[in-house]
Amino acid sequence: MMEWLEPIQKMLGSAWLPIWTVLKIVAIVLPLMGAVAYLTLAERKVIGWMQIRIGPNRVGYFGLLQPLADGLKLLMKEIIVPSGANKFLFIIAPILTLMPALAVWAVIPFNAELVVANVNAGLLYVLAMASLGVYGVIIAGWASNSKYAFLGSLRSAAQIVSYEIAMGFALVTVLMAAQSLNLGDIVRGQQGAHGLLNWYFIPLFPMFVVYFISGVAETNRAPFDVAEGESEIVAGFHVEYSGMAFALFFLGEYANMILVSFLTSIMFLGGWLSPVPFLPDSILWMFIKVAFVLFLFLWFRATFPRYRYDQLMRLGWKVFIPVSLIWVVVVGAWMQTSYWLW
Amino acid sequence: MSFFDAVFYLFATITLFAGTGVIVARNPVHAALFLVLAFCSAAGIWMLLEAEFLAIALVLVYVGAVMVLFLFVVMMLDINLVQLKEGFWRWFPFGAVIAGLMVFEMVWVLGSRQTAEVSKAVVHAANYSNTKELGRLLYTQYVYPFELAAVILLVAMVAAIALTLRRRTGVKTQQVSEQVKVRKADRLRIVKMPSEPRADGK
Repeated sequence: MMEWLEPIQKMLGSAWLPIWTVLKIVAIVLPLMGAVAYLTLAERKVIGWMQIRIGPNRVGYFGLLQPLADGLKLLMKEIIVPSGANKFLFIIAPILTLMPALAVWAVIPFNAELVVANVNAGLLYVLAMASLGVYGVIIAGWASNSKYAFLGSLRSAAQIVSYEIAMGFALVTVLMAAQSLNLGDIVRGQQGAHGLLNWYFIPLFPMFVVYFISGVAETNRAPFDVAEGESEIVAGFHVEYSGMAFALFFLGEYANMILVSFLTSIMFLGGWLSPVPFLPDSILWMFIKVAFVLFLFLWFRATFPRYRYDQLMRLGWKVFIPVSLIWVVVVGAWMQTSYWLW
Repeated sequence: MSFFDAVFYLFATITLFAGTGVIVARNPVHAALFLVLAFCSAAGIWMLLEAEFLAIALVLVYVGAVMVLFLFVVMMLDINLVQLKEGFWRWFPFGAVIAGLMVFEMVWVLGSRQTAEVSKAVVHAANYSNTKELGRLLYTQYVYPFELAAVILLVAMVAAIALTLRRRTGVKTQQVSEQVKVRKADRLRIVKMPSEPRADGK
């Protein structure tokens, strides 16, 4: 399908592979940044409609230029480093939040061919990169030399470490069902004659719920946004940040939301597969599923009040971890019987 | 020098730099972050050996969980650096001897010709899955040692909790099940009252 590229490939020789890879990375990161920008607009619009408001409507038609205006405003603002802050770590923390959120995209398959790195241990890689995201929050909280920021980072560290366990077990059941760690193979494992009945969200339904809720908790989104907790600790870990450094945290958070939506679609909702047998599989299905899961994120935020900290820990340790442990055993036993249809 | 070697030396340099940083950094938080860097670059070296499961597990377990908890504790401590530095020169010869011994052992084992023959990395085909191979070995050939290790870890975990758990009397805690079981009628009494007729009779 890429025959027209061959002359360029011959001309560049061994320099071709790095250049081609960089091009692929740019082709993912740029649309992702656009998606992040318009997700903020979508969030404000959707929550506005849910609360019988209009939402942003002044900049451009239907407020369509609002994200650009916001981005420009944040770019123009001064970055203030608090006098007692650890300067190096203060600057590097937002980068550490964004970097893992972008690095995971290397293994995300958009359809059967479109993937930057088709690695065997894709699922493990996703889990490892997702666990690095917490460093940005911890370092930001510590380097700011502020009590609110520090409290926010401590809350967040404890929360992310607890929910990661349940998330890991949810992924274990997926890898058991698919018998592969490769994200592309996981989607292919959900292919079948019955459309959406073949997807893993049916046999792994409790894990689907656990994974998605843990994903909401991992991205520090409402109702699990105790790391920010505007009403309790002002804005938590990023209270001292301004301008573009502040914007990077938001880019990271929204990029992570999109990522969790993609992973949920890939692992439980059949990725690019069509929900009904008579329609062809296409990348469009992937985007529709991702948009639906992202809508759930926004819906949650408009619906639920924030969890109290002890309730949040209780849910993670006393509900999700036992449920996921039991379901690992159930799936293991189920797969040995003839009733396993997936 | 091939590209492969260049990547190895890059990772090795970063690992050594980070390792030095861990012991010379004045601030304990910086030391912990240097250790994170050392883990990450060590994972890179393992990745070069096609041991992707070990490499990713190193990042996942040590960087993603252990070091987070480490940082968590270190950040909250108020460490007196002067006290820590006390007696540095007194113990320096002792430490130097141990370090020298370790270097000697490493060179002895890794530098000899016999081990060099054995430890040459095996290059596998593209569809070789290190994770699958490890899993198969652990759950077939080494299943008993593996399960034994797991049980020992579980016992250690239970023991750690049992040692630190203390039951205090007279503490106010929330009984979540009771909170959930509460119905409206338990807390609220609705009193019906007829409305008063208006004074002007309308």
